[in-house]
Amino acid sequence: MSKLIEIQNLKQYFPVGGSLLKPKYVKAVDDVSFFINRGETLGLVGESGCGKTTIGRTILRLYEPTDGKIFYDGVDITHVDMLPYRRKMQIVFQDPYASLDPRMTVIDIVGEAIDIHKLAANSQERKEKVISILERVGLNSEHANRYPHEFSGGQRQRIGIARALAMDPEFIVCDEPVSALDVSIQAQIVNMFEELQEEMGLTYLFIAHDLGVVKHISKRIGVMYLGKLVELADSYELIFHNVHPYTKSLISAIPIVDPNEARTRKRIVLEGDVPSPLNPPSGCRFRTRCKYATDLCKESEPELKEISSGHYAACHHLDRVE
Amino acid sequence: MSQKNKLSLQLDVSDFLPANQDEKQSLVVMRESVSFWRDGIRRFKKNKIAMTSLFIIIIVLLFAFVLPYFYPYSYEQQIRGSENLAPMQYSQQELELKAAGEKVFPHILGTDSLGRDTMVRLMYGSRISLLVGIVASFLVLLIGSLYGTIAAYFGGKVDLIMMRIVDIIYTVPDILIIILLMVTLKYPLKDLAAKYEAFSWIETIGVGLICIFIVFSLLYWVGMARIVRSQILTIKEMEYVTAARAMGANSARIIRKHLLTNAMGTLIVMTTLQIPSAIFTESFLSFIGIGVSAPMPSLGSMTAQAIDGIHSYPYRLLAPALMISLIIFSFNLLGDGLRDAFDPKLKN
Amino acid sequence: MSKVLLDMQNVRVSFFTPAGEVKAVNDVSFQMNEGDVLGIVGESGSGKSVTAYSIMGLLASGGRIVGGSINFNGHRIEQMTEKELRKIRGNEVSIIFQDPMTSLNPVYTIGNQICEVITQHTNKSKKEALARAEELLRLVGINEPKKRLKQYPHELSGGMRQRVMIAIALACEPKLLIADEPTTALDVTIQAQILELMNELKEKIGMSIIMITHDLGVVASMCQKIAVMYAGKIVEFGTVDDIFYNPQHEYTKGLLRSIPRMEDKEHKKLVPIEGSPVDLLNPPAGCPFAPRCESCMKICLRQMPPYTTIDEHHYSACWLLQKQEFEKGGEKA
Repeated sequence: MSKLIEIQNLKQYFPVGGSLLKPKYVKAVDDVSFFINRGETLGLVGESGCGKTTIGRTILRLYEPTDGKIFYDGVDITHVDMLPYRRKMQIVFQDPYASLDPRMTVIDIVGEAIDIHKLAANSQERKEKVISILERVGLNSEHANRYPHEFSGGQRQRIGIARALAMDPEFIVCDEPVSALDVSIQAQIVNMFEELQEEMGLTYLFIAHDLGVVKHISKRIGVMYLGKLVELADSYELIFHNVHPYTKSLISAIPIVDPNEARTRKRIVLEGDVPSPLNPPSGCRFRTRCKYATDLCKESEPELKEISSGHYAACHHLDRVE
Repeated sequence: MSQKNKLSLQLDVSDFLPANQDEKQSLVVMRESVSFWRDGIRRFKKNKIAMTSLFIIIIVLLFAFVLPYFYPYSYEQQIRGSENLAPMQYSQQELELKAAGEKVFPHILGTDSLGRDTMVRLMYGSRISLLVGIVASFLVLLIGSLYGTIAAYFGGKVDLIMMRIVDIIYTVPDILIIILLMVTLKYPLKDLAAKYEAFSWIETIGVGLICIFIVFSLLYWVGMARIVRSQILTIKEMEYVTAARAMGANSARIIRKHLLTNAMGTLIVMTTLQIPSAIFTESFLSFIGIGVSAPMPSLGSMTAQAIDGIHSYPYRLLAPALMISLIIFSFNLLGDGLRDAFDPKLKN
Repeated sequence: MSKVLLDMQNVRVSFFTPAGEVKAVNDVSFQMNEGDVLGIVGESGSGKSVTAYSIMGLLASGGRIVGGSINFNGHRIEQMTEKELRKIRGNEVSIIFQDPMTSLNPVYTIGNQICEVITQHTNKSKKEALARAEELLRLVGINEPKKRLKQYPHELSGGMRQRVMIAIALACEPKLLIADEPTTALDVTIQAQILELMNELKEKIGMSIIMITHDLGVVASMCQKIAVMYAGKIVEFGTVDDIFYNPQHEYTKGLLRSIPRMEDKEHKKLVPIEGSPVDLLNPPAGCPFAPRCESCMKICLRQMPPYTTIDEHHYSACWLLQKQEFEKGGEKA
């Protein structure tokens, strides 16, 4: 089990005005550390403003990290030239309508990767490579010369995945890849992700807000809140033996697809709204909505501690949380 | 069984056999593929006004560039005795020649005070206007889009400084500067042409014309730069550009393949709409006497010369004025038609 | 017996676009009693939103009710003029939309927007309307209501804006509330708050709700009856227990099979529905779901299946069910 991706104390702050002397920042990602083993999927969940999308893009250095380190296969890539790593680290986006250039044909969209990294000697070879990838994602050569607007959402997402696969990557950041799709299509795409992972030995960082999908595809899941990682554990552990108050309310809030369960289930409904990431609460960020909060929570930030093998949580009062 | 009566159609067992893949596939058919350009051209063709204006422009282009070669008169040719003729009127000499059996091509629009055929001068005048319009607009497109793209792509301080320069140039009163430049550039250019072999082509095209091109390129690119910059800023935020960056594309590639290609529709429309204003500026300059120099006619200078004789020879003013209006009007309608056809927001 | 509030009979709605006629709603019939919570479930292109909008006569340009009848609270909607419709909109039937960001006008205060509805339909003075607006904000759980009345939409969070939308919708105590994907754009913890609020209000005011959504989890917890729509038709209709525990239509079954269940203890492979949603410009002659159906038969491609009654409130349109009847009939005869 080798670590393919590791981040240490990663920080991503975005400047948002303020004065020269007192600049203001949105602390989108604030001191997050985790690792992903080769061939495994780490799921990342959280609500808006938690920073999960920002982490995905920062790992790919689409944003330059404000602080912290990123490791790829043991090598510190925080400040290196990314071009050789771009082949190995790819991303699939959420919006199948915005992530494909409307003026390019499918073969050019998928082939762009091949062109940039010079993976084909001539246009014939390029065409063959593109068609073989298209077939892998469930499309065919007939689709190669068409434009994105001629396809449905699910098909466009397949094109996006084909583009990511064109370079034979090792690691893919899946940034809410099924959220914008119809329910009946989501299952097709999720299955495809799983099959590709088996065939090609891929490693995924799967970012989503739908815990059902995340639990299905991930081996481990991390829960984020306002830029911090509050709990991290194996999927089964996280769903059934979670300890952090936020995780509990998050899971309790998810509607269950079973009327009897839904009727009898005890719901924990959180009060209030998610605080603004411009001005997060001092100490533990979740304290404003947490029913177990004390003065300690206001003064000091809880650290992410390992409470059992592979299970981490950041809370001062785990013993009191039921 | 009441069920059977309710069903007004006749069913039998074979209907309930499972359908095979082919039967199901036949219902799933993809619509015909259409690229952005073909779709736009199709929409353009449907627009009658736009097609008409395109047609008119083509006629005018033929009129200005092709017809003079077949015309018996030339623009600087002064025919003694044929001064101030009315349209289709023959002078004394010409009538005598006709009586003698020779063929004399009529002066369709009459002649001016120096005996020059108005029609052919109209053709050359149109040629100048169109040349200025198209070439100047093209130069503006080139400079403006390059500048705007660089400012938008690199952003930050680069963008800030570049745009402030644009703001400064914008505030300059353009007519004043044009006149100043035209007057001051003329003689150095003439000297340049006279001294060096390499610059002798300046003389053939005409110093006035070159001046206009330089002036336009120096001043009018700013409007285009602003528009291009705003377009590029929008496109830059699109997710497919992020995707290209994630693949490792460098700046040149992103600008070329993604930013400019997607801005192309707007660029074409803006350039087409730039042409009429360039033509108008040239006409204006020639009207006040600092455009192309005699004997080369310009629609503007023809108009200026015709003002004196407006009561006796109204046609001499009407012809160039109507021509300017026709050209400008047609290009404006063409630009509108192109915008309707290619504007992605209107796509349904 | 509760009174019938809404009776849709063979309703057909089409949009006439330059590309052709889009049959958004193709022969839909159902009934709602007072106090019911009906869920309309479907994906994009299913016609669920258009069905609900047609109850208010709120169709986008190019759209028209081309057939059937809509009987709401004693009114024949398809026969009413725009002026008559305006009297009942916001008054007897209200709607809340999916995106609270764009449903509220950014240049008017919250107070202003709530009062607009009140003064439109009642004789209250501005002062009285404001007082009622404050009362409504309290009702929907917004703290500091007096202060909020003077605020603008952009000053509130997504959850709060949706509460304001609900307040506006409830201002005149409508008999029917149409909720079009009200929580899709919200975070899941906020969604839980809003759904709980809607349940509370339903009890307090005694109104009926039509909940339009693609999320089966939401309907499982909120609705008593469910209509499953596909390509403009109701393919299955039943109580919530019928749909979840005894689904009869292949599409319903497929949907239930393809959703990953968080509560599952083991990793079950998802069984997706193959194929893509139907093109509404060229709907197939037979059952619209046929090309994607595993059990598709030859007749499914040729002819639209009629409705088969399964239970008191449970029916579905599928030739497979007809086949069973057909075979039974054959034996009897």
